[in-house]
Amino acid sequence: MSMNNQGRPTRQSVDDAGGVQQTSTGNRALMLEEALIFEISDSTRTGVDLMDAPKVASRLGGLERKAAIGLPGLSEQETVRHYTRLSRQNYAIDLGLFPLGSCTMKHNPRLNEKMARLPGFADIHPLQPIHTVQGALAVIDELGEWLIKLTGMAGVAMSPKAGAHGELCGILAIRSALEARGDKRSVILVPESAHGTNPATAAFVGYQVEDIPANPDGRINLEALIARLGPDVAGVMITNPNTCGLFERDLKTISDAVHEAGGFVYCDGANFNAVVGKVRPGDLGVDAMHINLHKTFSTPHGGGGPGSGPVVFSEALAPFAPLPFVERMDDGRLALIEEESAEDHHASSFGRMVAFHGQMGMFTRALAYILSHGADGLKQVAEDAVLNANYILRSLEDVLDAPFAGAGPCMHEALFSDAGLADGFSTIDIAKGLIDEGFHPMTVYFPLVVHGAMLVEPTETESKAALDQFIGALRSVAERAKAGDASLHSAPHFAPRRRLDETLAARKPVLVWTEPAAEQAEAAE
Amino acid sequence: MSRYFTEEHEWVEVEGDIATVGITEYAQQQLGDVVFVDVPAEGKQFDKGDEAAVVESVKAASDVYSPVSGTIVEGNDVLADEPALVNTDPEGDGWFFKLELSDASELEGLMDEGAYKKYVKGL
Repeated sequence: MSMNNQGRPTRQSVDDAGGVQQTSTGNRALMLEEALIFEISDSTRTGVDLMDAPKVASRLGGLERKAAIGLPGLSEQETVRHYTRLSRQNYAIDLGLFPLGSCTMKHNPRLNEKMARLPGFADIHPLQPIHTVQGALAVIDELGEWLIKLTGMAGVAMSPKAGAHGELCGILAIRSALEARGDKRSVILVPESAHGTNPATAAFVGYQVEDIPANPDGRINLEALIARLGPDVAGVMITNPNTCGLFERDLKTISDAVHEAGGFVYCDGANFNAVVGKVRPGDLGVDAMHINLHKTFSTPHGGGGPGSGPVVFSEALAPFAPLPFVERMDDGRLALIEEESAEDHHASSFGRMVAFHGQMGMFTRALAYILSHGADGLKQVAEDAVLNANYILRSLEDVLDAPFAGAGPCMHEALFSDAGLADGFSTIDIAKGLIDEGFHPMTVYFPLVVHGAMLVEPTETESKAALDQFIGALRSVAERAKAGDASLHSAPHFAPRRRLDETLAARKPVLVWTEPAAEQAEAAE
Repeated sequence: MSRYFTEEHEWVEVEGDIATVGITEYAQQQLGDVVFVDVPAEGKQFDKGDEAAVVESVKAASDVYSPVSGTIVEGNDVLADEPALVNTDPEGDGWFFKLELSDASELEGLMDEGAYKKYVKGL
């Protein structure tokens, strides 16, 4: 066993500590160096004291495992320390502003957590008798009603487990609706300003994907889209607000044209936070839209929890929504509509996407969030999210190139490009410099329509003081990149690990830990 | 022997009825370090404009289109182990595939080196 704190290629070099001598342990005061769990473990230690297994006659026909299984051996305390130390090297929304564009990393209110942990929601099983889980079903039902109301749609599927899963649900419903009328359409149109998962979803369902170009102002080229419509187009997938942080003003015109041509409109609702309570997608002619509960309705994500992507449907698509779903009976009881019970009144359903009902914990959190905000509070969420993004856009447009800033206010996210940086400097240098300043970087190199894109989404939950701190940090890094400060090329200098060689990591990935050869030889003796 | 270019930054070198296709110096610069290349297998047929190969860099994954119609006679298998060749020698050893032309007249719609240089300058 050895603490490998010298030979690791990703360690910061002595120079990075500003000439200060490296410590003997590799630790830097409270910033503790941590080896891989396999490097600090050995087979003589264990966290639990299990009895020897009794001798039993094997029925495995010689297939019993003979060699060691290779699990690390550590005491409970060592295990707890290992993961706690690693967690301290991480960045999280509970530590600071998380500006990742298109991710809506807002604060997750603790009230939501308290509600989700109530035993009546947390400790139930999907196969429990239905009369014992009426409260949980009521949460699903009420949340569904809220989503329908907020979007102005006709129906909702609660079971999809994340955004892209919701997209799949929506496109499957479109395919089912077309098949039901015997219409063989093979093309889905996806504008350049849409999320990257959209074309992947359409292709996964078996459609040919065709790009629709963007206008110089960052929005869909309306003429190009309408010109492409025809009897082979099953539908369009539009992200609104789009990945340039702009509202697609022509959405209603587009929807009318698509419907006229016999197609359907899918809206990627990942950026719904910018318009929740202000705009109802149903009024804009959308046929299906997923809602990321883990973005707009503040359920944890980004390593903190599973996603959840309910899909709302128009009258035209609602009959094809997946099973199972919750329905309120005439006597007020809640029932589950599944394969058997669907035959008489939901026979067109395209089927089942998941084993049970979706992410119960996320439903509870999202409903707690909605109820604690109320309709007026949700409206203010959208207004403040947009205000915060515009504050960032206007505070930095003098130092960073903002390609669409001239087109008016942005929505929930501010988009910058790498134009104007000194020769040889790119977006990656700014992102890494921000790490040294103590911030998680923004989304970089996406959307592709902007060169060296930097996409910043502050969300409504940041105070002006927090925004000012972030703006100050980004301004200082941007000024260094414009002045050609060479030290930015090797940033971060103060992070637990130095800048990684992404090319080497991608070309020659090391995916598993292997015991150093020397130790293997020693063990063999 | 003559070389043609497309607006999607592919080059085509024609010798007899065999066309060698790769991506241009400008394209490799824009992509950044290439980490993976998927070239088509021998015998595959493509129409002009079809997605024929995939190139992934640390920044993005992109399709490489077949600039002309034809049947693949060889994919550059070396790129599987040495994707860096696309960066170091994009218009030489870093070629993607060779195909047998099915319609040589398609070449007429492509740019020559001078026109392509002008086109890149305008970007």
